[in-house]
Formats: sequence, structure tokens, C-alpha cells
Amino acid sequence: MYLLKEEMMTHNKMINIVDTDIDTDSILQISNLNVYAGDHHILKNVNLRIPKNKITVLLGPSGCGKTTLLKCMNRLSDLYKELDVSGHIYIENDDILNTYKNIPSIRQKMGLLSQRPYPLPMSIYKNVAYGLKLKGIRDKNLIDYNIERHLKEVGLWDEVKDRLHNSPHSLSIGQQQRLCLARGLAVKPRIILADEPTSALDPISSKIIENLFKGLKKHYTIVLVTHVLRQAVRLADNVIFMSHGEIIEQGSPEHLFKNPQTDKLKEYMVDGN
Amino acid sequence: MLFRRIIADRVSTTWMVISISTILVLPLVIGIGLYVKAYPLLELKPFGELIGSSTWLPHEQKFGFLPFILGSLYVTLIAFCLSAPVCLLAAIFITQFSSKRFIYFMHPVIDILAGLPSVIYGVWGIIVIVPFISDYLAPLFGIKSSGYTILAGGIVLAVMCIPYILNMLIEVFNTIPSGLKEASLSLGATFWETVKHVVIKKGFPGIISAFGLGIAKAFGETMAVMMVVGNMLQTKFDLFDAGYPLPALIANNYGEMLSIPMYDSALMFAALLLFGIILLINLVFRYFIYRTKKNE
Ligand SMILES: Nc1ncnc2c1ncn2[C@@H]1O[C@H](COP(=O)(O)OP(=O)(O)OP(=O)(O)O)[C@@H](O)[C@H]1O
Ligand SMILES: [Mg+2]
Repeated sequence: MYLLKEEMMTHNKMINIVDTDIDTDSILQISNLNVYAGDHHILKNVNLRIPKNKITVLLGPSGCGKTTLLKCMNRLSDLYKELDVSGHIYIENDDILNTYKNIPSIRQKMGLLSQRPYPLPMSIYKNVAYGLKLKGIRDKNLIDYNIERHLKEVGLWDEVKDRLHNSPHSLSIGQQQRLCLARGLAVKPRIILADEPTSALDPISSKIIENLFKGLKKHYTIVLVTHVLRQAVRLADNVIFMSHGEIIEQGSPEHLFKNPQTDKLKEYMVDGN
Repeated sequence: MLFRRIIADRVSTTWMVISISTILVLPLVIGIGLYVKAYPLLELKPFGELIGSSTWLPHEQKFGFLPFILGSLYVTLIAFCLSAPVCLLAAIFITQFSSKRFIYFMHPVIDILAGLPSVIYGVWGIIVIVPFISDYLAPLFGIKSSGYTILAGGIVLAVMCIPYILNMLIEVFNTIPSGLKEASLSLGATFWETVKHVVIKKGFPGIISAFGLGIAKAFGETMAVMMVVGNMLQTKFDLFDAGYPLPALIANNYGEMLSIPMYDSALMFAALLLFGIILLINLVFRYFIYRTKKNE
């Protein structure tokens, strides 16, 4: 019994070594993050590093705090006045939780892709131009150029180039989700936060998004929440498994999925949720 | 057993069809009824003269409805200009900026305002607004006024409309998904930019329809306005002068002046006008909503 424990501990160390290996250039670092909603302790002293230009997958049963964690990363947690957030989140050594810098410019460092596409109530063109205009870009040619570039980046250009001024509601859900991605990329974020971005999509659209992510990690760091284990296996460079607001295990997917260390992860891998 | 369930199914279907037909037929029946009653007058005078003339001498069979139509329009216009911005900003504040606790506090307040009978608003107008206008506001502009003015009518009407429009606007803004706001914020918009470009824009058809219903309600509101508006024939737009809206004409005179020939028909025609104008307002706003939804 004791031996087994020791073995597990050395194993844990190994995982940690793997982590520090990736850590050498992490872009986002969270330390001692605590989130309360009244008495409910949603995130419990979370410490983690998100490696640069990699896909980090957040896994965990429903209600464990994944969405809350993502919302803290781009300060959307500010919207929920009932949440009490404390700790530090560093993005490139900037503590974004305790800062006097303006929040909108911090948020522009992160693109958000939510569970369902939320196209803004304006034309396809204006959806992508929205963030550019907020950045103060007024030059029409530059805006046009960027719109074409980012719509091409998500493979939507050919499908929408003749109806740029139509409502995005004429697009399919999958196309809308790609539009939302293009809209996020247009503000030139460093990190893409994606909260179950394929859960409302059909398999083919999901596949397109997955393939996009694989290509996008050359230029961006991606944090992906998913409930689809196979998607995690396909995409992840780094996996973080959470349960009840705590980080239970983390490491490379080969490690984690082949040798889950904790019962919680084993259970999760069997049941899905 | 199955037989009973089928019977129950049939009965409930029939019941629903009957209810819905009643609702559909009711406005039609009212409209036709008014038209039939107003027909003698319409036979006597051309429609254009009735609504275009401003001579109102029932004893001489001269029925010009223009002062009443304009009176209604002026009061409604003032009420709309006063209440719309207040309602819009209040609804945005309540739904977007305030805490949950404030909303719980706000709802009963709005409901009380909405539930007050209009005669109370009328009394309040007489003891507060009318003296305020005659003693302070009018002298400020160097005008002598009794206080019983279209401005007083507009203010009282605005206050009456506020809870009604506000409730609808709160509903409209509550249906806007928070994911949409989060999308806008995550692109680097400030909260106010998000409200301006996304929340208001998304809610625009709903805002228009709330305003439209508010105006239609204001146009037909009778009691409170009648008590403070002065009820004197008038065609020019003067804030500090009295007016005589259509509903007040009907309410003041129905049952009293019916010995005058055609008077009965004239009042029915006034009701028909009111009916038609409110219908028109609703249609115009429906069209607006249809247009904005299409272009969204
Ligand atoms: N604004 C809030 N107020 C109160 N409790 C909240 C709030 N937001 C989240 N919670 C609670 O925090 C916990 C974590 O929620 P969260 O949405 O982060 O879970 P999740 O891991 O994203 O779940 P899912 O996989 O179902 O999306 C839940 O128990 C939830 O009830
Ligand atoms: Mg979630």
C-alpha cells in the first residue's frame, strides 16, 4: 500500500516535470484563483499555466467551474456582480485581475467562442468590422482587407463574399460559429478561449472547427473546454482535468488518458460526465 | 378510456377555436357597429369636411372634428416625448446596470403605478401639475395660463404611460441573451458601447412595439386627460393653452346632448375616428417592426 502511494507520488512528479517542460514559455499563468458566489466556493485555489501556441483542453464534469474559469481569464466575470474573484491571472506578466489598465483592451487579447454562436445584430461585414472599429481603425481599405483575410482564415470567404451585407442569421449555425471565430480573430487576440464551441454543431461543422484550431495554434494559444473526450484526444497538447472547482490532474494527453492517476478522472473517462 | 380522451381532445380544440374567433371577430363587430351608428352623419357630410373642418356648432349641424383630432395628437405627442426617453433609459438601467436586489424592489413599484386607476392620476394632475403650470411654469415664460392645458394633459398621460411602456421594455431587454453581450464585450467594447450597438439594436423591434402600444394606449386614454386638459376647442399647438381630445368629447357629452339632431351620430363618428386612428397607429408600428426584423 505504502509502496503504491510512493509510486503514485513519483509518477505525479513525472507529470510535473512534463508540465514544467511545457511551462518554459507559458503565456497565461493563474495563481491562487478563488471564486465564490456567496457561500458556494466555485473555484478553489486554482494554479495553472497555459503553454503558448498549444491547445490546452479543460475537461471536467458539468458544473465543475470550467466556464467560470474561462470567464475569469477575460474578466467577463465582472459582469456577474454576485461573483467574488480573488487571486492573480498573468498574461505575459500583466496581472489582469488586479490592474488599472482598461479592461476592454485586456479583453481584446482574448477571442471568445461560446457554446452557441452569437452573431451581433448587424450584417456579416459589420460583425467582423466591429472589433476593428473598436480598435480605432477607420481606414476602409484596411478594414476590407482584414475582413477578407479573417473570413478566409476560417474558410468562410467563398461562402459569404456575395452576401457580406446580409444578416448573419441567413447562415447555418456552423457558418455562424466560424463567423464568430473570424470576428474574434480580427481583433488580433493572443489567446482563443473556446467554451464547448462545437456542442451545438453538426459533425461536419465540428470537424471544420477542429481542423481550424489545429491550424490556428501556430499563431494563437487556444484554451478549449469540451465534453467530447475524443475531441480532447484529437486536439489537446495539454489537458487539465477539473472537478468541483479544483484541478485534479494535468499533463499531456498521452499521459493523462493512458494512465489516469485519480479515481475521479477514471470515472470521468468511463462515464463521460 | 380512449373514447373519453378523444372527447376531451375534441372539446378543448373546439373551445380554443371559439375563444380565438371571438377575439378576432370582436374588433370587427365594434368597428361595424360604430360605422352603422355614424352612418347618418357620413351620409349628410363628406368625410373630408368632417375631419378637415374646425367649426364645431352642433346646433347648426356643423361638425368639424379637426380640433379634437389635433387635441388628441398634441397630448399624445407631448406624452410620448416625455415618457419614451425616460422609459428607455430606466429600462436599460434596470436590466443592464442594476443589481438583482434593485430589480426585486423596482417591480412592485412599477406594478403599483400601472395598477392605479386613471382617475387618481387625474386628481394628482389637478392638485399638482395644474397649479405648477399656472403658478410657476407659465409665468417663467411670461404667459398667463389657467394650468388646464395640453401640457398638463401630456404630463399626466406621460406619467400614466411610463409603467406600461417600462414593463414592456424590461421584458424586451430581458430576452436579450447574455452571451450576446459577452460576445461584444470580449471584442473590446465597453459596457456602454455594448448597450448602444448590441442591446438596443437587438431589442429595436421590441422597443418600437412597446412605444407603439404605449402611444396607442395614450391616444385613447380618457379620464385623467379630460380632468386636466381644459376641454376647449383649439387647433393650434400651444403648450399653455387648453385642448379637447377625442375621448374627452365622447365622455363629456354622451348621454347629455343627444336631443340635438345628429349629435348621437357625431359622437359615434368620433368613436369611429378614435378606433381608426388607433388601428392605424398599430398598423404603422407593426410595419416598422416587420421592416427592422427583415433588415436585421
Ligand atoms: N453567476 C453565478 N452565480 C452563482 N453561481 C454560479 C454563477 N456562475 C456559475 N455558478 C456556479 O458555479 C458552478 C460552476 O459553473 P460553470 O458554469 O463554471 O460550470 P461548467 O464547468 O462550465 O459546467 P458545464 O460543463 O455544464 O458548462 C456551478 O455550480 C454554478 O452553479
Ligand atoms: Mg460551461
